[in-house]
Amino acid sequence: MDFLTLDFLDYPHMQRALIAALLTGLAAPAVGTYLVHRRLALMGDGIGHVALTGVAVGLLTGWAPVWTAVVVAIAGAVTIELVRAHGKASADVALAMLFYGGIAGGVLLTGLAGSTAATLNTYLFGSITTVSQDDLWVIGILAVVVIALSIGLGPQLFAVCQDEEFARACGLPVRLYSIMIAVMAAVTVAVAMRTVGLLLVSALMVVPVATSMQLTRGFRATFVLALSLGLVPSLAGVVFSYYADVAPGASIVVTALVGFALAWPLGTALRRRRQARRSNGEDPRVTGTHVTAEDHAHQHDENCGHPAVEHGDHTDYLHDGHLHAAHGKHYDEH
Amino acid sequence: MGEPVIDVRGLTVELGERPVLHGVDFRVSAGEVVTLLGANGSGKSTLVRAVVGLVPAVAGHIELFGQPLRTFRDWARIGYVPQRTTASGGVPATVREVVSSGRLARRMPFAPARRADREAVDRAIDMVGLADRADDGIHTLSGGQQQRTLIARAAAGEPDVLVLDEPNAGVDQRSQEAFARSLRTFVAAGHTVLLVLHEMGPLAPLVSRGVVLDAGHVVRDGPVQKPVATGPTSSEAAAATTAAGVPNDHPHRSDDETGPFGWTS
Repeated sequence: MDFLTLDFLDYPHMQRALIAALLTGLAAPAVGTYLVHRRLALMGDGIGHVALTGVAVGLLTGWAPVWTAVVVAIAGAVTIELVRAHGKASADVALAMLFYGGIAGGVLLTGLAGSTAATLNTYLFGSITTVSQDDLWVIGILAVVVIALSIGLGPQLFAVCQDEEFARACGLPVRLYSIMIAVMAAVTVAVAMRTVGLLLVSALMVVPVATSMQLTRGFRATFVLALSLGLVPSLAGVVFSYYADVAPGASIVVTALVGFALAWPLGTALRRRRQARRSNGEDPRVTGTHVTAEDHAHQHDENCGHPAVEHGDHTDYLHDGHLHAAHGKHYDEH
Repeated sequence: MGEPVIDVRGLTVELGERPVLHGVDFRVSAGEVVTLLGANGSGKSTLVRAVVGLVPAVAGHIELFGQPLRTFRDWARIGYVPQRTTASGGVPATVREVVSSGRLARRMPFAPARRADREAVDRAIDMVGLADRADDGIHTLSGGQQQRTLIARAAAGEPDVLVLDEPNAGVDQRSQEAFARSLRTFVAAGHTVLLVLHEMGPLAPLVSRGVVLDAGHVVRDGPVQKPVATGPTSSEAAAATTAAGVPNDHPHRSDDETGPFGWTS
């Protein structure tokens, strides 16, 4: 069994491919969690299409395609975000137009550059033999920045994606954060282009999150689990394509989807168990009509220091966030 | 009454070329509980959304705590509770995570939550009676419990004024009563409340002043009396006097009367 010898680690191009897969596998679901939370799961797909034009610009001019892809993808992502935020056209129409323009522009420019369809394919579906040392530096720096921002600004980005209006009323710079999410998605697309490829990068942003959501109750847990569910298929997919000689993008995404297929029934069973175990969970001190304060030794009067509030025919005292009213020998919660 | 908390003068707002508010004058002072009443489309939600800076004014002037809205930065003093429909994400989030967002006006980017932040979040969840559900996903809660989560989120920021947009819309009676009780606690601590309400419900006894809007104009501004002389809410206000949060909703004076749980004092 060749798998156990790990002989692929002896090849420098496989070492680079695995490092690129590791960074992609972490960065894509990190950004993807915010995109899915914002209900923009297809945004990565749109940016991937636009980035193809960026790659073609690189092929035509001789500049490094990873840099031209980053620049064009950021321009496309910021355009999508501005159109979405201004509501001038609905977001899905804006995305659709970018899909078409990006693909058409990419194929057109690649043809003008005299490159073959085979070259284009390595960008569309990834290629483990083509990650150069320079590419790896760019991928590494960009991916680390994306991952650091998605963790460090987690509470802010969560609030913006959860409820944009509330975030604005909190004084958060919502437009800045929205553009930041779009730019992070664009950078991730360019980072992932060598491993999963431009056409399948969106899958690596969405599928691990969808799998993770089957098993978790909260946002943070979903985020953390999605990172590992992105990492494992990325590495496994690259190793598989070393042995089977298929495009790594395909094997990565198929592996991720297998994970989802396994998690689905598990998640259903888990939800059913939680449902059965859940109590009503209401606090009678808040929802009940007559509730006695628990074991209240303190005697409230005008001089006790607790703020007094008139309540109809009697006086309540504000005590640790609860209103207490004397009732015979005990106190009621009011 | 105390210092002005919200001061609106000559406010005109248009939503997509359609005028919604016409020169509205409106004030809320510290310690007041003010409700905005009126029919659908009368502009009451637009008024509170303008006050918290979500819709721009075409003309007029808004001050918060004596500071023009344009230069106002002290957002931690304002706790905004939007209509429930605006808040939902594609990824599950727990009650605690949503309520924690309410602390963001007091937190710096990249700084982890401090002990004070976590304690304020716990207090706010406790105040709305959802402590047992704190780690459940909000999508598993009832509509009323979700609304209380949003109220807890605003309260977690320890604001001086709560601004609530239709907190009781589509909310079951039990949650309405829970909300009335939470609000009484908040008001008792000397805080200010501005509410948009469709009907007063169990909140009627808490309200110190009612402002009625009609087609973008203030048509009535004064203390809420029972029965209210004009406005579409008089029947609801009168009907509400037996609800929770009202004095004497359970026995206080009579020693031989049995309490709701069969308990006698």
